[in-house]
Amino acid sequence: MSFIEAKNLVHEYFRRDENDNVVDILTAVDNVDMNVEAGQFISILGHNGSGKSTLAKHLNVLLTPSSGTLFVDGKDASDEKNTLDIRQTAGMVFQNPDNQIIASVVEEDVAFGPENIGVPTDEIWQRVEKSLKAVGMWDYREHSPNKLSGGQKQRVAIAGVMAMEPKCIVLDEPTAMLDPDGRKEVLDAVHELNKKKGVTIILITHYMEEVVGSDYVFVMDRGHVVMQGTPREIFSDVETLKEHRLDVPQITELAYELKKSGVDLPDGILTRQELLEALRYLDEN
Amino acid sequence: MLRDITLGQYYPADSILHKLDPRVKLFGTLIYIISLFLFDNIWGILWITLALVCVVRLSKVPFSFMIRGLRSIIILLIVAGVFNLFLTPGQEIASFGIFKITMEGLRNASLMTVRMVYLIIGTSIMTLTTTPNQLTDGLEKSLHGLTKLNVPVHEIAMMMSIALRFIPILIEETDKIMKAQMARGADFESGNIFQKARNMVPLLVPLFVSAFRRAYDLAQAMEARCYNGGEGRTKMKPLKYVSRDRNAYILIFVAFVVTIVLKVVL
Repeated sequence: MSFIEAKNLVHEYFRRDENDNVVDILTAVDNVDMNVEAGQFISILGHNGSGKSTLAKHLNVLLTPSSGTLFVDGKDASDEKNTLDIRQTAGMVFQNPDNQIIASVVEEDVAFGPENIGVPTDEIWQRVEKSLKAVGMWDYREHSPNKLSGGQKQRVAIAGVMAMEPKCIVLDEPTAMLDPDGRKEVLDAVHELNKKKGVTIILITHYMEEVVGSDYVFVMDRGHVVMQGTPREIFSDVETLKEHRLDVPQITELAYELKKSGVDLPDGILTRQELLEALRYLDEN
Repeated sequence: MLRDITLGQYYPADSILHKLDPRVKLFGTLIYIISLFLFDNIWGILWITLALVCVVRLSKVPFSFMIRGLRSIIILLIVAGVFNLFLTPGQEIASFGIFKITMEGLRNASLMTVRMVYLIIGTSIMTLTTTPNQLTDGLEKSLHGLTKLNVPVHEIAMMMSIALRFIPILIEETDKIMKAQMARGADFESGNIFQKARNMVPLLVPLFVSAFRRAYDLAQAMEARCYNGGEGRTKMKPLKYVSRDRNAYILIFVAFVVTIVLKVVL
């Protein structure tokens, strides 16, 4: 069994009037099948309203499936008994850095998760040290979160999740409110956790550039998974991406336009380096 | 402009009072307040003044910080003093038309003034030497027994500490909304008090909406990190009594006994 296994997953939001009668049903996630292996770096791409955040909230049991099944690490998410276990297995980082930091000192915030699951005091200190060092925020342990930059706050939030020693971290648009420097900081930290600690990462985003380094990509539109594959496979198909209101990374777009106007380039160029090499190869032949 | 407000009034210093367990300080303050209302003679006043002076010196906090709190109650003090002075029946010592000053009035007024001033100074010492977080922790632990009476002690303490964390964020947000509304021609300065209050509406409505949104986000973030109420929770920094806390309890107890003796004997 895969680490995360979703089958025919459906989630419906109900809009009700004052008398609690359902006036409107919005299917945010519609018949999604998804398999994720442990240790992978997965990206879920999608435009606003594509259902990607709704899907992410299922992985942490903040929402439960309206129909279909979801198993996280072999546990059924529809079974209430598993809620706390799954939340411990799959931690979640949210979009707004201010609204997910609970304590007024960095180290106490990181300790919040372990405190909730009843970790003994000595071990809390060890875990806090380990996770703050893993995201490079150990020097700020006694600071107030209010004085940190957005990127730093987001790294504290990631440390807070890490301290619960999850097997998987779900990040719901963690960089949407950050400046370019902060975005790089956070992504670097996440990639490092994936490589060094083997944590499964599920990154929800609408920035194409952030997807490039991942192992596998799911593209969502209107509640459906419309494309899936490695970043190279996904970005080879520029036409389909544009149909789903998504752009491709600048370099890929440039290579695509060059190819369209007759330059003989391979499909799915992702980095500046690759484009350079392809052009050089052309030049030599 | 709103950013200059300091939060709580903790004054960082390296004194024995700062290091004391917050529960000891809370208990001490309670005993102090009881003692204030127990005594009713000059010896009591002298004894409490002596104790207060010792604690003030021990705290290493400048005295000017402690009397800051007095500014906010000065009107209350004057009004209550005047009423006590003129309206207490008893032996007359001076009169101005229909107003009479009596011996008892003089006594009541001065006793009440001393009590109020000492009350403010005493409680200020506690808040000046204890961080808001310690205070919340101390309250949670001291009042833990009330859980049996279905008082949600842990939840109240959690709300207090979250409020403390969000005050600076909400202040910043108020500042932002204020500037945004001023840029669109809102006027927060002119007019009488009623007009001013009405002008606050375009500030308060977006502030409340945003506060609710933040609360919802935070609740989700807490749930995602397995928050499940106070049961089964451990602490990163649990409160633990050390020998100085025990000594402080003994001192508080002795001081309280002296107060009672003074009250009974004299």
